[in-house]
Amino acid sequence: MLEPGTASRILRRPTARICLGILIVVAAAASLGPELFPASYREPGPLQYAPPSWQHLFGTDLNGRDVLYRVLLGARISLIVGLAGAAVSLFLGSAYGLIAGYAGGKVDNAMMRLVDIMYSVPRLIFILIFINAFDGHVRDFAARLDWQWLVSYSRIVILIITLGLIEWLTMARIVRGQVLALKERSFIHAAQVLGQSHLKIITRHLLPNILPIIIVYLTLTVPAVILDESFLSFLGLGIQPPQASWGSLLAEGAQSINPLKIYWWLLFFPAATMSGTLLALNYLGDRLRDTLDPRR
Amino acid sequence: MLKLIIRRLPALFFVLFCVITLTFFLVRLAPGGPFDRERKIPPAIEAQLLAKYQLDGPLWSQFTGYLADVVRGDLRLSTKYRNRSVNEILAQTLPVTFALGGLAFLLATAGGVWLGTFAAVRRDTAADRLAMGVALLGLSIPMFVVGPILILLFGLWLKWLPVGGWGSPAQLILPAITLAVPFAAVISRLMRTSLLEVLNQDFIRTAKAKGLPERTVVYKHALRVAILPVVTYLGPLAAHLLTGSIVVETVFNIPGAGGFFVNSILNRDGFLLGGVVIVYCGLLIVFNLLVDASYALLDRRIRVDA
Repeated sequence: MLEPGTASRILRRPTARICLGILIVVAAAASLGPELFPASYREPGPLQYAPPSWQHLFGTDLNGRDVLYRVLLGARISLIVGLAGAAVSLFLGSAYGLIAGYAGGKVDNAMMRLVDIMYSVPRLIFILIFINAFDGHVRDFAARLDWQWLVSYSRIVILIITLGLIEWLTMARIVRGQVLALKERSFIHAAQVLGQSHLKIITRHLLPNILPIIIVYLTLTVPAVILDESFLSFLGLGIQPPQASWGSLLAEGAQSINPLKIYWWLLFFPAATMSGTLLALNYLGDRLRDTLDPRR
Repeated sequence: MLKLIIRRLPALFFVLFCVITLTFFLVRLAPGGPFDRERKIPPAIEAQLLAKYQLDGPLWSQFTGYLADVVRGDLRLSTKYRNRSVNEILAQTLPVTFALGGLAFLLATAGGVWLGTFAAVRRDTAADRLAMGVALLGLSIPMFVVGPILILLFGLWLKWLPVGGWGSPAQLILPAITLAVPFAAVISRLMRTSLLEVLNQDFIRTAKAKGLPERTVVYKHALRVAILPVVTYLGPLAAHLLTGSIVVETVFNIPGAGGFFVNSILNRDGFLLGGVVIVYCGLLIVFNLLVDASYALLDRRIRVDA
């Protein structure tokens, strides 16, 4: 279980401190940074494909926009999608795992078989079809209700929901395993003998005990969702321009690789920011898991 | 093993049926039709087109008709690539995707098992930490970044390998490595954890006590058991490789099924999209069945009858 000293024990390692630092810097820059840029950096301008300089630290892109500004804007959307998608998967996965583990027997078998099947299906391909099927309808629906925010952010909302819908499998497995073990402990038996309802046993006794594990896997789900989002955006089927995410920026950067002229900064800076963030998240998630479950 | 396969068959057909149904209706749910153009085509011509592609009549009868065709092995005509059937397009592009995916499959499993074993036998040394750092890096860098980096390095600067395209075996190397990297990373982590656990078990201590050399203990006794989690991962791996090849084919300009899949979404080419999804899922279902069966063979303690 998560003891009070866990955080400080993990942060005793210098690598962990660096990772936490990276995350704080990226999150702060993404949430506050973009607004600090003057309008000339944000709008298309005459200065195309300028290499990095003191004026434009990360250079400029095809339309003369500042790449640092675009990277921070992309970070904002990628992080929002990652966090919110992971939150969706957290609810789904832990609810599913709790029910399967608590019910046990045939219900558990059937539910876990379904998870196995979903594991072996190309899930991202279905996500693409889902987005394609629902995006237009959601936008029409929002327009009819005059919800401006949903009209412009319909893609992001759909991405969050659908990516949450595919990344819950691991969470469900882990939670189920924990519940199966906890269920046989005497305090659960005591609660059952005392006649507490199933709902109460699940929410009052099981949930608090599996919370630490859930939090650990949440840290590992965020990078997975960010990676999925970037995959879709890279193919041009995720975040649409003028909005940007790390994936869509990397798609632009990858196109700029050609034998004649290499605009390396278009690829390098988004890639470095994204990979740095994912690396930090994965590292901290791993350390948390090792501390919680030294057997693994 | 045959019994296992026979017992699983009904469920598998059911899954495939769900996949076909879901794809069919989701494609039809999307706004816009396959013949929407900038300029509106006359209604009479549109009706003719819809009739030709059997997209007329009530949705339900369209679906049953499609299902019957798919069962017969006819995936219908593409609405975008005129007069080419989906079967024809898949027959041309799937071998490309399979060559790429197959090589990546071998690279990912061999590389992952090697790296994981390398790290596990050097537990808590600098080499272990370096290997696991590399694996973490491989997990954190998306394929479409690894691809361009490899192109820059080996294609444009060193000029050792072609930067893209399809035709010669040399053109297969960079894409396959790109596709394999993240999954080799996953497998190496699985392998290391599992091997460390096995190395702590009694039968390993017995083998060491017998005076067997370290190499024999690790490679003959421990590895055989420790590889089981990797075998369970092979099914999901195949699914990930098919998805990943979509991106890799785009990055390296490879004429595989993945590129056609993306285009079929953009072009509202429902039958082509359905064809790719059905064939992918069908193959993955069969592959998973084989993996489950081989699992039963590898580990005699497990009975997959249940």
